[in-house]
Amino acid sequence: MSNPSTARESRVGRTAAMSLMFLLAIYFLLPIYFLIVAATKPQSDLASTFGLAFSHFDLFHNLHTLFSRDGGIYGRWAVNSVIYAVLGAAVGTFISALCGYALAKFPFRGREFLFSVILGGVLVPTTALALPLFLLFSKTGIVNTYFAVFLPSIVSPFGVYLARIFTAAAVPDELLESARLDGAGEFRTFFSVALRLMSPSLVTIFLFQFVAIWNNFFLPMVMLQKESLFPITLGLYEWNGQTARAPLLQESVITGSLVSILPVIVVFILLQRFWRTGLASGALK
Amino acid sequence: MTDTASRATRVVAASGRRRRHLGGGPRAGTIVAFLTPFFLPFVLFYLVPIGYAIWQSFRVVRRTGGQYGTSYTTFGGFHQYVQVFHNTEFWSSIERIGLFGVVQVPVMLFVALIMALLLDSPLLRLRSFFRIAAFMPYAVPGVIAAIMWSFLYSPQLSPVVEVLKDVGLTPNFLGPGAVLWSTANVSTWLWTGYNMLILFSALQSIPQELYEAARLDGASNWAIAWRIKVPIIAPSIILTTVFSIIGTLQLYAEPAVLRQISSNISSTYTPNMLAYAVASGNNYQQAAAISVVIAVVTFVLSFGFMRLTTRRAGL
Repeated sequence: MSNPSTARESRVGRTAAMSLMFLLAIYFLLPIYFLIVAATKPQSDLASTFGLAFSHFDLFHNLHTLFSRDGGIYGRWAVNSVIYAVLGAAVGTFISALCGYALAKFPFRGREFLFSVILGGVLVPTTALALPLFLLFSKTGIVNTYFAVFLPSIVSPFGVYLARIFTAAAVPDELLESARLDGAGEFRTFFSVALRLMSPSLVTIFLFQFVAIWNNFFLPMVMLQKESLFPITLGLYEWNGQTARAPLLQESVITGSLVSILPVIVVFILLQRFWRTGLASGALK
Repeated sequence: MTDTASRATRVVAASGRRRRHLGGGPRAGTIVAFLTPFFLPFVLFYLVPIGYAIWQSFRVVRRTGGQYGTSYTTFGGFHQYVQVFHNTEFWSSIERIGLFGVVQVPVMLFVALIMALLLDSPLLRLRSFFRIAAFMPYAVPGVIAAIMWSFLYSPQLSPVVEVLKDVGLTPNFLGPGAVLWSTANVSTWLWTGYNMLILFSALQSIPQELYEAARLDGASNWAIAWRIKVPIIAPSIILTTVFSIIGTLQLYAEPAVLRQISSNISSTYTPNMLAYAVASGNNYQQAAAISVVIAVVTFVLSFGFMRLTTRRAGL
């Protein structure tokens, strides 16, 4: 440790490591920084001023334009995104928890078979499901409604997988037994004992499913034609496609992108520890 | 099977008379009630569409009496699959995605691994800042990431292009040769931090004592990283690789957005874009066959990769 050549080596290593990490951090943050700068600029400054430097501060005007464009459709998209991603992930987490808990704690025939079917589901590319789902839904008239996006989104095999491991780790059998001996039914036991013990892991499951729905672009694109049902991603995609004909839309695409990602980024940073538990157990598989 | 049975008897034995009265474990009705809320939508929105796609991929559209007669579908054997394998657009989309995957996945995972190792080493300060910076893109949907980067690629708006021009370079991020790598960059930006965090979590779960012996023997941090840490987290590296392969084969949103500003991305650029384009032309049977092929290729590649690496690692 006191060897001078080791000390020099570690000083060089330290500097190299820090420089490399700073470069990478710049790479990861640059597009977000650019977006913040661009969202504060008037449309006319976008091309005429340097992209990484602030110019005339026009953020509030841009926000006003964004939320009043096309009769306030952006606000509608934001509400839709919340319905699909927040409500969908909440329902999805609940049914994953029920199923994962049953798979972890109830001994029954065919349990391992059901679990391997679910594990197979983790590997199924969801984009491969979207087109056949569209055909099935168009026969039942669900296409182009909220349900077309919402219903398939609540299914998360990965969520069940996580719920099963988390239950096995966090809910001791003895506690369930004593609840049962006290005369509590299985559902009472689940809601009053198990769910409370599982709650940190439920946050993790919720986050993973939220991101999956929030990121899923293919499904809403296949299912929805009515603009008023779009999530933000699909709406911004449509606007972005029109910027060649209507260049003034560019500023709204930029401001709209920023407005949609900032709250999610903030929540992510606040809930960081829940990611790590989830990713660790995913990795331990 | 025997495991389940023995556990069942154990539970019965443990809980004595009351349990025996109920017939071992919760009643079947209760178990069904717990499982149904997930399994019903799982069957309806996962298994049925898979079955439907497979069934459809074996159908063909025929017409009664010439081109303007009424159409009906009938069993067509492997007709749709033959069509897929004779489709040059299909092969060029596969070739493109193959090239993309062979370069992008290793580059991304290598960067993620280096970052994870550095975050796990004593060399760094500001760890949580770096971790958050790298993970932040995961909060950004692919569509929005591609929109952001398309501004940074745009010859008119990009500060990056402007800076590069000042030093005498004339990059064209949207040119015919470059646009594939511009797409790859968006994926790399999006997923490096996520993969880094999986690898980092795996590194954090290694007991520190393992390093102490090596350190006493005078092993450098570098040697500890490559000889001890990397082999131990090999399963996580395999997992991230498999997930990345699945992701690459599904590529849709990023190239679809870049297509809005680059004429060098066709409507059939990736297998998924091809499937969508074919379905938009109302050829659902053909689109189903393409979807099935994509899913099968995904399965084969991810399982194949897992088998190959676990066998080589002697696990």
